[in-house]
Amino acid sequence: MTAAGAAGLRTGRVVVVGASLAGLRAAEALRDEGFTGELTLIGDEPHEPYDRPPLSKAVLSGRLDSDHIALPRVRDIGARWLLGTPATGLDVPGRRVELADGRSLGYDRLLIATGTRARRWPVQAGGGLEGVHVLRTREDAERLRGALAAGPRRVLVVGAGFTGGEVASSCRELGIPVTVTQRSAAPLAGALGGVLGRAAAEWYREVGVDLRLNTTVQALEGDACGRLRRAVLSDGTAMPVEVAVIATGAVANTEWLAGSGLAADHRGVVSEGDCRAVAGSGRPVEDVFVAGDVARWPHPLYPGQLLRLDHWDNAVAQARTAAYNLTRGPDERRDHQPLPAFWSQQFGRYLKSVGVPAVADRVVVTQGALDQRQFVAAYGLKGRLVGVVSVDSPRVLDGYAALIEARAPFPPRLGATDGPDRLEPVDAGFPGRAAGGPQEHDIRTPSALAPAQTAHR
Amino acid sequence: MITQPPPQPLRLVVDLNRCQSYGQCVYAAPTVFRFHGEESLEYDYAPGDGVRREVERAAAACPVQAITLSGATEPAPVACGGGR
Ligand SMILES: Cc1cc2nc3c(=O)[nH]c(=O)nc-3n(C[C@H](O)[C@H](O)[C@H](O)COP(=O)(O)OP(=O)(O)OC[C@H]3O[C@@H](n4cnc5c(N)ncnc54)[C@H](O)[C@@H]3O)c2cc1C
Ligand code: SF4
Repeated sequence: MTAAGAAGLRTGRVVVVGASLAGLRAAEALRDEGFTGELTLIGDEPHEPYDRPPLSKAVLSGRLDSDHIALPRVRDIGARWLLGTPATGLDVPGRRVELADGRSLGYDRLLIATGTRARRWPVQAGGGLEGVHVLRTREDAERLRGALAAGPRRVLVVGAGFTGGEVASSCRELGIPVTVTQRSAAPLAGALGGVLGRAAAEWYREVGVDLRLNTTVQALEGDACGRLRRAVLSDGTAMPVEVAVIATGAVANTEWLAGSGLAADHRGVVSEGDCRAVAGSGRPVEDVFVAGDVARWPHPLYPGQLLRLDHWDNAVAQARTAAYNLTRGPDERRDHQPLPAFWSQQFGRYLKSVGVPAVADRVVVTQGALDQRQFVAAYGLKGRLVGVVSVDSPRVLDGYAALIEARAPFPPRLGATDGPDRLEPVDAGFPGRAAGGPQEHDIRTPSALAPAQTAHR
Repeated sequence: MITQPPPQPLRLVVDLNRCQSYGQCVYAAPTVFRFHGEESLEYDYAPGDGVRREVERAAAACPVQAITLSGATEPAPVACGGGR
């Protein structure tokens, strides 16, 4: 790249579609990288960027109002913001984004950061009833919080992934009786496997959640006014319920890309290691980049599959890499290859994960014990350490993260003082891995890793 | 005469991947940060200007620099009609 060419990449028009965590951080990073051109952020939500993790935790429990979760803007970006303005189409050769209000916007380089949305319950099975909720946006959280404040006799949470667990936990904090259905034999099993999942089942039961494992919901039934009244479960029982929360995973917001020629579907937009979007032909598209929950890309630590991480940490890091590459020529670009990391807070516990436990075949407790409040579990795949989960032990993870990045052997050799005398790895117990059945999905599960990629609840 | 732009309201976010629950922030700004359960940090993203000094102290005291404060002086973006 010539000097003039490189300078050219710091000017011109950049459009960012999706004005949330990844979109905002990418815009800020673009200015940090010296981009002085015209910057436009397009977002369909009417709000300035806000943080989603507290929605299922502090906001739902009533400890934090939803107007107190706006993300700090860390620097001036001098951008044009089009909020409350959905993008409806993309013309790649013409370099234009179409908007719902009929306008269209030209760009020189584009960043796609449209994230995911909660998967909804089918309308024919009762999904359209009043009282059936999902949780992804401020409005969702406010609606659900209002429904909980009305003092329902029981809440049904469908799905015991991270979001389901956080919602159930918040309900119990409010003193509301909760039933949780989970299709597989343990909570969190799709992301963390059955061994950890069985430990998590105890957290549910300790606080009195009615946890129904190996159970699905067959129908949600309403009264004459269209209000939810009853849930029919797969075991044939029916239960009275006024509020249901569907927590069965996330779908990528890619409909607006239909016809654009990009490789995009409900699983996300496929991108190269350097965040450039890939066309249906398999070739990367110059000048179109992808970041955050909507991206699926090849990660060198987890070869042979495309990774989609619905994690806060990834949205921030990928936004930075995309901004870096947006302002540089082909020879200077770098690949996005962070060590995945996320946290969850449920039932008074602080769960943190590094690496990708979901690909593992074996697991071993390296510190503490599963039935204790604090423990650490290490995950291995074919003799290599690939992920680590800690419960109420946030300070140990950095050491493990370094081992994963160094491709350390599994079981890891640690010599931790609070570890068991002998490490005894067992089958990690991911549902469907041995039996060949489908793996479940939840947000914050790297869903693209699932062997059966179209398995939805 | 030099006129300063009006300070933007105080905003913060904590990177909870990085946070190791040391609790320094809770000590520095107890009305903004607190533990929920043994180790889970909870905080107010928009605590109001009265606690700016405490929050800045908290951010400086965090041993892993997990706390990010707002730095923009631009007005907050607003939606121009429409919406979903
Ligand atoms: C309830 C909840 C709890 C969570 N808790 C945790 C947690 O504890 N730990 C963790 O690591 N992660 C957590 N996450 C995940 C984390 O919030 C996401 O990883 C993060 O929000 C991803 O940011 P993003 O910008 O990629 O996508 P999003 O936040 O989904 O933002 C995408 C934006 O684009 C907009 N958009 C979509 N389509 C269009 C269009 N056509 N035109 C214009 N705009 C469009 C969307 O409305 C949205 O505003 C949680 C998520 C939820 C929902
Ligand atoms: S000081 Fe930093 S590490 Fe400690 S609890 Fe606060 S944010 Fe977390």
